[in-house]
Amino acid sequence: MIAHLVRSMLQGALVILTVGLIAFSMFRFVGDPVATLAGQEATDADRAELTERLGLNDPFPVQFARFLGHAAQGDFGISYRQARPVADLLAERLPATLELAVLSALFAFVFGVVFGVYAAINRRGVVANAIMVVSLIGVSLPTFLIGIGLIYLFAVTLGWLPSFGRGDVVRIGWWTTGLLTESGRKSLVLPVLTLGFFQLTLIMRLVRAEMLETLRAEYVRFARARGLPERRILFRHALRNTMIPVITIVGLQLGSVIAFAIVTESVFQWPGLGALFVNAVQFVDIPVMAAYLMFVAFVFAVVNFMTDLVYVTIDPRLKS
Amino acid sequence: MNEPLLSVRNLRVEFPTRRGILTALDGVSFDIAAGEILGVVGESGAGKSITGAAIIGLLEPPGRIAGGEIRLKGERIDNLPADGLRRIRGKRISMVFQDPLTALNPLFRIGEQLSETIQLHTGMKPAAARERAVALLTDVGIPAASRRIDAYPHQFSGGMRQRVVLALALAADPELIIADEPTTALDVSVQAQIIGLMKRLCREHRVAIMLITHDMGVIAETADRVAVMYAGRIAEIGPARDVIKNAHHPYTQGLMGAIPTLVAAAGRLTQIPGTMPRLDAIPKGCAFNPRCPHTFARCVVERPELLQAERSRAACWLHAKAAI
Amino acid sequence: MVSQSGNEAGGPAGTGWLARAWDSDVGYSFRTSPVAIGAAFVSGLIILATVFANVITPQNPFDAATLNLMDGFTPPGEAGAGSGMTFGLGADSQGRDVYSAILYGTRVSLLIGFASTVFSLVFGVTLGLVAGYVGGRIEALIMRIADIQLSFPAILVALLVFGVARGLMPPSLHEQMTFAVMTIAIGLSNWAQYARTVRASTMVEKRKEYVDAARVIGLRPFPVMIRHVLPNVAGPVLVIATINLALAILEEATLSFLGVGMPPTQPSLGTLIRIGQQFLFSGEWWILLFPSLALVILALAINLFGDWLRDALNPKLR
Repeated sequence: MIAHLVRSMLQGALVILTVGLIAFSMFRFVGDPVATLAGQEATDADRAELTERLGLNDPFPVQFARFLGHAAQGDFGISYRQARPVADLLAERLPATLELAVLSALFAFVFGVVFGVYAAINRRGVVANAIMVVSLIGVSLPTFLIGIGLIYLFAVTLGWLPSFGRGDVVRIGWWTTGLLTESGRKSLVLPVLTLGFFQLTLIMRLVRAEMLETLRAEYVRFARARGLPERRILFRHALRNTMIPVITIVGLQLGSVIAFAIVTESVFQWPGLGALFVNAVQFVDIPVMAAYLMFVAFVFAVVNFMTDLVYVTIDPRLKS
Repeated sequence: MNEPLLSVRNLRVEFPTRRGILTALDGVSFDIAAGEILGVVGESGAGKSITGAAIIGLLEPPGRIAGGEIRLKGERIDNLPADGLRRIRGKRISMVFQDPLTALNPLFRIGEQLSETIQLHTGMKPAAARERAVALLTDVGIPAASRRIDAYPHQFSGGMRQRVVLALALAADPELIIADEPTTALDVSVQAQIIGLMKRLCREHRVAIMLITHDMGVIAETADRVAVMYAGRIAEIGPARDVIKNAHHPYTQGLMGAIPTLVAAAGRLTQIPGTMPRLDAIPKGCAFNPRCPHTFARCVVERPELLQAERSRAACWLHAKAAI
Repeated sequence: MVSQSGNEAGGPAGTGWLARAWDSDVGYSFRTSPVAIGAAFVSGLIILATVFANVITPQNPFDAATLNLMDGFTPPGEAGAGSGMTFGLGADSQGRDVYSAILYGTRVSLLIGFASTVFSLVFGVTLGLVAGYVGGRIEALIMRIADIQLSFPAILVALLVFGVARGLMPPSLHEQMTFAVMTIAIGLSNWAQYARTVRASTMVEKRKEYVDAARVIGLRPFPVMIRHVLPNVAGPVLVIATINLALAILEEATLSFLGVGMPPTQPSLGTLIRIGQQFLFSGEWWILLFPSLALVILALAINLFGDWLRDALNPKLR
């Protein structure tokens, strides 16, 4: 078990390292950091001095190590475009993205599992079939169109919910949350639905397939032969077995929700990291791009590790 | 004569399919006495497992009981509502499956699976149920049961798992255990142990066993009586010794000829020519007539019922002649 | 009929392969699947329509000379106030015919879709072959990168490549190079699937005896092996490519929608949707709705066709 978790951690570290290398290469070789920072009027001496001060004359591995060291301390340099520390920009926008991503993941997971189990148990039912058809269409719809459709229906036509922004947020320390105000909560609804929808259909189809597979297993038949109530068989014996493969794949998926938020945030003008990243790409703001990439890799590694942790606790076969 | 424990009369099981209704069991009748081991043999597809599944009410949909009746101590159980049947399962009739590797839920300790079943059927408190679980595991020959009870299924070998499965089947002291090929998936040496265990449990717990298998050797060793099935019907039923040594149905004779024994090893293995018909192509009259060496006119038009033949009964017109 | 086509298949080539394809298992599966026929028909129709876009549209929507600002915001089915011409699907703020814009935009979307799919295919298949054949550290490196890439959404990878490519080019080239940059950005975000499939197949082939035999008789084994591996992976690669095409089109649309793709002077469907979104609140729904519908129908048709192809080529599912 320990070995399994250590391996998982090493894999996470490897991902961060690889992505770090890509981020650093972008940082170092795309555009000219010296020209960008020194400005138009700098003399050659100024440039040489800046090059030396930035450590750009050091060997590549040294520079890379320094980059990683700074990154570990949250130092990603200065945004070319906004002339502010990248770390500050990220910290400012982190709460918005995390709140959106976590709620979407939760929404997708809960409803995905509920609908998936329902569709598996009532395989021939009308509702179950309707759920499957909707999910099929959902997979072919790009996220931004779902967002636009929801805005059109709930904001433009019905006028029930706001179409952009976070509404009023409450500041708690450095964190900001929209959950404590009514306008904040209302503002969250559409973005959460948009970001969660694709994941929801994915999880639902997966849960349904795995549950159907599990219900064919011999131990389910044996549980029936022992006279266990159907309810207990479905929700205790079958569900737990269904969740093992589901959790692995869902973990991988949810790690990428943060990155999927790029599109949703742009549609809803959500002041989060994704919108910041799109802006950075438009204006080739390399430090922001590199920092965002590192952030996504970090989240990915953490979520992956937590998935393995859950996996190990529910599957006894991994403990011995 | 005592009332039998289980009595099956004219059982008919159908599977509606797109191409029409398949009759998997047709007019199956037999009894099992309390504490008796009835062996049920036949080729795969003969309807052995379906008979077992029908008795315990676990036919895979779309299979359904289309006729006949099943009585447990005189009380009809084939037409019980789903919940009534569920209360009988595990408590009065248990079932043991072929593959012990897949019959246990891998995510629950065997103690949890045992206690769950015991508590459900006996209403015992958790502590008492656990005590009973340890006793059951000891009884089926699990060493250090009080410690092993907290292990997961994957920590047991195949033979040990089948013992756990038997303990689960015994959890609520049932009157009948339906054992569907309980030794087929095991090593030969382990097979013998499990067979021995089942015989002992049958004796000590006064539980009847319906032992479904295609292995005549297993039957010869354990069964009190034997039912031979062919194409969804019973071909012959009688005391084990008679059916094996002195078969009356041509199919049984062929089947017995196919058991390799030390004595017969020098001679040739008798094989029955042809194969069992598919369910959608069962011939008129006796289902065995295309393969039978003794077929005559009556066999191809009229279906034989079970007819007395010495101490056995065989579904064969040869014995009608003898009776007349 | 059946015997005739059978005879033809036995006859000279030319018409032969088509008849053979029609007669094959996959051909049979196609003929008996209404979904596959419908999806193929719709996809084919859209592709044809975009190829002949300049013939079957009333105007070239990106030639400013043909536009009349007075036609702006003409609702669907009405005559424009300026030119008097009827706009079937309405006109946008510039007086541009939405129907014409959709056909030209679909052309751009399809071109980038096809180009980036070919790019991913060639790139991925090559890396897969190399990884499977060479093995060792190179294989580990390639597959590791593929793993990491597959765990990040394609859209993130494409955005990143787009940004980096922009950074490497002088700004004056940005607009005219967009098409190439988009192709590479989307292409680089989808190669990993091909590499995985081809690598697995290559590893199986590598162990076969003819590879050794080729070495013994002095042939270079790699080219020999490629000739054996490629036909084996043709089916799965085709399936991946079809689904990849739909994904690439949606990815392109997403990038353009985000404003980091095709510029308004050279719009794709995504750009048109981005433009249309500005009129979501003011009531000119047709500028947004019709390009969106076109995108969804195109993606759905290709996806359904790909789904059918996957089932038809997978003997296990048949």
